[in-house]
Amino acid sequence: MTPETTGKRAAARLTRAIALILLVALPSSVLRTSGSARAQGRAADTPVRGGILTQGFQNDLATLDPAIGYDWNNWPAEKMVFDGLLDYNQGTTLEPRLAASMPTVSKDGRTYTFTLRKGVLFQNGRELTSADVAYSINRVLDPKTKSPGSSFFLSIAGAQAMANGKAATASGIKVLSRYVIQFTLTQPDTTFLNVLAMNFAYIVPKEVVAKEGANFGHAPVGTGPFLLKQWIAGQKLVFVRNPHYFYEGLPYLDGVTFLIGLAPEVALLRLESGQLDMLADPIPAADFVSIKNNPKYAGDLVRYVQPETTYLTMNTQIAPFNNVKVRQAVNMAIDKTRVVQLSAGRGVVADQILPPLMPGYDPSYKGYAHDPAAAKKLLAQAGYPNGFSTQLYVLNVDPQPRIAESFQSDLAQIGIKVSIVPLASATLVDQAGTPKKAAMVWSGGEAWLQDFPDPSDFYGPILGCDSAVQGGWNWPFFCDKKLDAMAAHLKVMPDSAARYAGYKTLYSDVMAQAPWVPVINNVAYVMHSPQIHGNATDFTHNVHTFFYERLWKH
Amino acid sequence: MARLSMGVYIARRLLLAVGVIIGVSLITFILAYLVPADPARVYAGSNASAATVASIREQLGLNRPLPVQYLAYVGRALHGDFGTSYKLQTPVLSAIESRFPYTAALAGAGILVELLIGIPIGIISAARPRSWLDRGAMGFAMLGVSAPQFWLGLVLLYTFGYLWPIFPLGLAQSPSSIVLPAITVGLSGGVWYARVLRSAMLETLNADYVRTARAKGLGRLIVILRHALPNAITPIVTQLGLDMAYFLGGIVVVESVFGWPGVGQMAYQAIQNDDIPLIMGTVLFSAIIIVLINIFIDVLYAVLNPRVVHS
Repeated sequence: MTPETTGKRAAARLTRAIALILLVALPSSVLRTSGSARAQGRAADTPVRGGILTQGFQNDLATLDPAIGYDWNNWPAEKMVFDGLLDYNQGTTLEPRLAASMPTVSKDGRTYTFTLRKGVLFQNGRELTSADVAYSINRVLDPKTKSPGSSFFLSIAGAQAMANGKAATASGIKVLSRYVIQFTLTQPDTTFLNVLAMNFAYIVPKEVVAKEGANFGHAPVGTGPFLLKQWIAGQKLVFVRNPHYFYEGLPYLDGVTFLIGLAPEVALLRLESGQLDMLADPIPAADFVSIKNNPKYAGDLVRYVQPETTYLTMNTQIAPFNNVKVRQAVNMAIDKTRVVQLSAGRGVVADQILPPLMPGYDPSYKGYAHDPAAAKKLLAQAGYPNGFSTQLYVLNVDPQPRIAESFQSDLAQIGIKVSIVPLASATLVDQAGTPKKAAMVWSGGEAWLQDFPDPSDFYGPILGCDSAVQGGWNWPFFCDKKLDAMAAHLKVMPDSAARYAGYKTLYSDVMAQAPWVPVINNVAYVMHSPQIHGNATDFTHNVHTFFYERLWKH
Repeated sequence: MARLSMGVYIARRLLLAVGVIIGVSLITFILAYLVPADPARVYAGSNASAATVASIREQLGLNRPLPVQYLAYVGRALHGDFGTSYKLQTPVLSAIESRFPYTAALAGAGILVELLIGIPIGIISAARPRSWLDRGAMGFAMLGVSAPQFWLGLVLLYTFGYLWPIFPLGLAQSPSSIVLPAITVGLSGGVWYARVLRSAMLETLNADYVRTARAKGLGRLIVILRHALPNAITPIVTQLGLDMAYFLGGIVVVESVFGWPGVGQMAYQAIQNDDIPLIMGTVLFSAIIIVLINIFIDVLYAVLNPRVVHS
């Protein structure tokens, strides 16, 4: 390119920058008009068979292999193709699915015996047997499968030997007969049934996995209510009803189609013009307030408080955050209602570790009140009357940097000078999980979402000593041996009121140590067209998110 | 004699190209690993335990020394195996192969739009310099060059996909889906070509031999088309080649806005996810395309001007 043309291109770039600044000042609501007419008439409350649900996704699904998939994108889709021994009803109570009934449990709480339903067929026509269950769980435990969920099954006898490469199968998984399977654990584990209801424990047919190999995730075969008919990578997935599904009456829909590659703004336009039935991704922030306040959409938005907590961590291995008074002072300095505003109202203030829908949540626990004056006093008592300087790591996706600035201004009020370090997702996670690296981390965009509805899930992976290692998710590197022992004891306690009371004590003790500031629990809004019906919990199921088999179209 | 020199010239360029590709692969590989991110954690997801992530890291071969990993990669690549994407869980080569036709189609359509906009506007402006037509066209050109592609794409989608639904709202479900993304891709380049063509043609139109032709009585339009245009087209041909190479590498912004299932969108996601095999694959793919097209343009020049070969 000649210097002359380089100069011209530079001029064009400058003009482009100026135009961009002017154009961004134009609110998007000015561009929006009424759009096309909407279909009238809401159906009765009884489900109707038929219809195809079309949903828009920005990103392609990674895989439908239940042993590998581990994000909110593929879990609901895996639930379409596969089943597990157990499942959740519309709340958090387990019920039998592929199992004919709930298991019999031995007196010592270590042995679970399941009898399977008879006559359940895989989508290739073969009957499901207990050998398939044993195969599926052993497959997750095999290190060669590279399953991200293998650690959930380590309570099974022989599982650790498999993880260490010393055994080919787990001794604690026994096929007693064609339809009876038995699991023996190394010690009692109250969460074992929750684990068996996870996607990792969905049952796969051995011969199809052997034939497809690494491609099984793109050509899945299960026992579930829908078959995957077609997957054009990066474009669409087409699911159709499984005509031989064992569960009477389900699914209602004839099929589900995912359209991939839709930016949220474009997906919203498609929904409004009737070309889409449901959005998979959140409504874009710029449009959210006007959509929420528009009475036309009132019946098409389902709100739910997500089973997650977004928090600000303080690294207990980096001074002065090794001083509990400093951490408590930070807790008192943070203005959480402003963070809810910065999230466009899509959040509720969090005052404790557990989210509101989690069993064991303590509605009477109040946490640290917002009191900057008291915070400054406490900081002085801790030996920092003039504050100190520190760094805050944050995800570089809006609105997280703006929320970080809010914390920066809160902490400046009590004398703590914070410099913000915005990072891309993979880098943020790596740095936060590196010992003695990140003094403070805002987990916005990387918050802890439950694996299953049991309070133990919010201790081990993010507050336990075992996770305070390189690559772990315990970003405050918090390790209290007494609390670890309490948590281990509670995990194996039989399900009872005493267990949940124990968790209330555990988590209030954690809050007394203040490794975090719990800030908000995210609130999601699922938007769907008026033709799609279901209970609120079918659009926002606690575990499955979109519970496709229970939605219908009319 | 000329043919032998041409053959030597091409062979030399191809050899250099191999060196460039190797250099690109080495630099990309090192950079991807220098980024402080753990690919095993990206593979496993946020909720996996540290122990599980460590096991997966071992299984993916990420604990081996960097030179060993690089050589293993090159060895497999020479056999056509570019690894498996951590995030997409598909072989990198098949992921690129399935998406490349879409990028190629959009690149071609974008070039077409550039020419359809650039040449007529450039000719009209040069034919009537400083007229209202000329001023209007150059004003439009300035807007076209300045409009950010993300904004332009959304405005086109909103106007012609939603308000007056003549075209589909994104994706690649029908042949008409390519129109709006092609306009978004080609507009800024097209108006830039119009400006360049106008300048070059006005310069040529003031040359002595053109004045002579006009003095002999040749019509203005014929003079423009037969004399001015061919001389003015050279910088455009060069830029077209570079644009084609750039587009074929993947037009990330436009593909993302329209949900056009091309390579660019996939490459952007790969970088966000530190998906090393996919990053390597898409970068190498882009590099090869750009190098090959550059060789093609240079060979074209050498054919037109044999003195280049001997230099």
